[in-house]
Amino acid sequence: MRGIISSAGYVPYRRLQRADITAFFGSGGGKGTRSVASHDEDTTTMGAEAARSALRPLDAADRTGGTEGCDSLWFATTAPAYLDKTNASAIHAVLRQPPEVAAYDFGGGLRSGVGALRSALGGTGTTLVVSADLRGGLPTSADESAAGDGAAALLVGTDAPEARVVAEYLGGASVTDELVDRWRTVGDQRSRVWEERFGETRYVPLGLQAWRSALKEAGLDAGDVDRVAVVGMHGRAVRSVGRNLDVRPGCLADDLTGTVGQTGAAHASLVLASMIEEAAPGQLVGVVSLADGADALLFRLTAARDGWTPADPVADQVAGAADLSYARFLTWKGMVTPEPPRRPEPARVSSSAAWRNEEWKYAFVGSQDRTSGAVHLPPARVSMRGGAFDDMEAVSRAETPATIATYTIDHLSYSLSPPIVFAVLDFDGGGRFPLELTDVDPETVAIGDRVSMTFRRLSTAEGIHDYFWKAKPIRPSRHPR
Amino acid sequence: MASHGIKDRVAIVGMGCTRFAEHWDKSLDDLIVDASRETFDSARVGKDDVDAYWFGTAQSGMSGITLARPLQLQGKPVTRVENYCTTGSEALRAAAYAVASGAYDVAMAVGAEKVKDSGYQGLNAFPIPGDGTARTLTAAAMFSMVAPAYAKKYGVDEDELADVLARISWKNHQNGARNPRAQFRKEVSKETICASPRVAGRLGVFDCAGVADGAAAAIVVRAEDALRYTDRPLYIKALSFAAGSGSGLIDPEYDYTWFPECAIAAEDAYRQAGITDPLRQLAMAEVHDCFTPTELVLMEDLGFAARGTAWKEVLAGTYDRSGALPVNPDGGLKSFGHPVGASGLRMVFEAWLQLRGEATPERQIDTDRTLALTHNLGGYPGEMVAFVSVLGTEPG
Repeated sequence: MRGIISSAGYVPYRRLQRADITAFFGSGGGKGTRSVASHDEDTTTMGAEAARSALRPLDAADRTGGTEGCDSLWFATTAPAYLDKTNASAIHAVLRQPPEVAAYDFGGGLRSGVGALRSALGGTGTTLVVSADLRGGLPTSADESAAGDGAAALLVGTDAPEARVVAEYLGGASVTDELVDRWRTVGDQRSRVWEERFGETRYVPLGLQAWRSALKEAGLDAGDVDRVAVVGMHGRAVRSVGRNLDVRPGCLADDLTGTVGQTGAAHASLVLASMIEEAAPGQLVGVVSLADGADALLFRLTAARDGWTPADPVADQVAGAADLSYARFLTWKGMVTPEPPRRPEPARVSSSAAWRNEEWKYAFVGSQDRTSGAVHLPPARVSMRGGAFDDMEAVSRAETPATIATYTIDHLSYSLSPPIVFAVLDFDGGGRFPLELTDVDPETVAIGDRVSMTFRRLSTAEGIHDYFWKAKPIRPSRHPR
Repeated sequence: MASHGIKDRVAIVGMGCTRFAEHWDKSLDDLIVDASRETFDSARVGKDDVDAYWFGTAQSGMSGITLARPLQLQGKPVTRVENYCTTGSEALRAAAYAVASGAYDVAMAVGAEKVKDSGYQGLNAFPIPGDGTARTLTAAAMFSMVAPAYAKKYGVDEDELADVLARISWKNHQNGARNPRAQFRKEVSKETICASPRVAGRLGVFDCAGVADGAAAAIVVRAEDALRYTDRPLYIKALSFAAGSGSGLIDPEYDYTWFPECAIAAEDAYRQAGITDPLRQLAMAEVHDCFTPTELVLMEDLGFAARGTAWKEVLAGTYDRSGALPVNPDGGLKSFGHPVGASGLRMVFEAWLQLRGEATPERQIDTDRTLALTHNLGGYPGEMVAFVSVLGTEPG
């Protein structure tokens, strides 16, 4: 049996009220909200967050390197942080995967996310399929309000005693069509679209063709399916395909566009992850994705679903959000450029130093003195207690909650979104480190607050992104269960 | 293993100090030449009479050539030193130890910093290539964490502590207003201090030291030779230095209410100098008031108040110019600004003026005590270097 062993979605903390666009410009906007990646997030960091969540149920204990025999890590996005340089390798480093695990980018097309997933499902071995996207458009455009930012990660493999499949892959189909309905040339800040009716008349038959072929391959009737979602950037086509799937009433799943927005290359996986979290063993779920053709995938939740607990359910992330002003949204999306702080910009990261310190920088791995037990962040060779030389073992704090010992708010340090909230953190099980807080409202921080670690982009200088960790408040789940 | 000190073996026989200011019209070389000329004249020597030079600058230049070129020193041993914000004090320590060792008869310490050519506000460290994970906070933010920690530990209401900190700023501006060499020569009301824009945490602009260009210098000789240069030398009673391991940043036991490095340096200095009751034995102290909470905590680290009580002493005026122990009678970093390489020697210069009775009458401390302390620190809470000197007019 082949299928999904674990899955997770990642929805950034901030939301833009679409009505705020209308209020400001008198046009654009709409109903509901869209998710907004923080100024310190990009597709690599969001992908890393989703991947961490997807692996967490498999080794709830401290992850000390390598996970469940994953053979490959694939990363798909239309907004890569780097070209030429592979972005999947940064996620690979965050997850402390051994070098034998291959890391590849699938890039460019919106279809690359679902394409990577279908390739993994149809292949062999165990593949962590990560997709992430940053979506937007010019102010007042449909893309600006309808799109969202987010990521998802699905661990695809074959059922085994140590890695049970929770969603069995029953079959899928793909239809390809070369059509210039939506396009963006390299360097463009926005996508362009052809007349809406043209795309709709093409996508509806393509979507239905893929759906029927997938049902046939799986040996199912549409009426057997319990939950199905249609995703795609073409809203009218998505709705039209959804109406014509011939599923039972009420089986069409929330495609998250009202709250999160359409997250591009990540969206099929994000919605699928959400459906897996909501479904019960034995239920059939499907997803149809419309992009330059169509893809349809069908799964059955297995008995192992009951033994699997999602680390951070999508529904909780959808519910546990905070609004972002339209001014900050435009700033974070690079649509306006406020006066920068009059402080020197951060210096370029040294590639050789970053490479030497990969475990610290990307996986937040320090060292623990075997004699005194003192935890050193970053790792050290000489202990601060007892002074032992070279008697340390690696200890990760990436998955360890911490408590704020003290904190401050810095109005002067260089930041794309001042002020910086900075806290001295005491980690459960030992170790202290001062770190910046993110996804936080400065007025709400207090000594004693609990935080978890999150992988972020601190800055970019001379085209080199500086990735490291920040902490974010642990908030009680706001999603009613 | 011991720290013996060099009590009464070396004396300062000449000093100079520029005004600290935004010297848009003066280069680093100008500042060096101005402070050095005043110092040569003070000791009644020429530049060739000095056998060896130590030049302190944090980031205005590299190597001894930065001093040798403007002074045109030919073939002299000239060394640049750097040790964070204690750089100026380190230059003096090196020169004093060189004379104490017998290696040289006359040595000179010059500290200078040209800060205001960067185009940025504040002090900005030279970036060293790294992995991008190092902290990028301002010093103000790091030191701002001291105030709430202190308030919590000792049960002081945070608003009351804000009054304490405002009083420190007010006191140092009172002193600076009377000092012709200070950058800021205006008294500032506590209301203005409390209403100033926030910089970090609860710290406002008036809780922070200014930024200035400046230079200061001292010439040292063996104590037995001192009276050949001046009839009122300052004898070095103690020079103490402590570098932390940086573990305060990562050690859960550090609570941000004190600076262990400063306490260690003070204890060593008092032992060298034979001081048992600094509050009653010292005529004055110059301390590193980079931020108002720093000065508060230093009163305890330096033994001027018991732990948890300095805030009451501040409110009682104990450290005012007319108090039991005047602290920062020259106005401190608050009024002078902080040209990093010069500040440590500027502090010694105030001791030089006050102990010799040469401060202008309106700000001369009225005392029969003969000892002064200077304290200079660099770095941040948890990751600090600390220097303490004790100087006196009476030999052993």
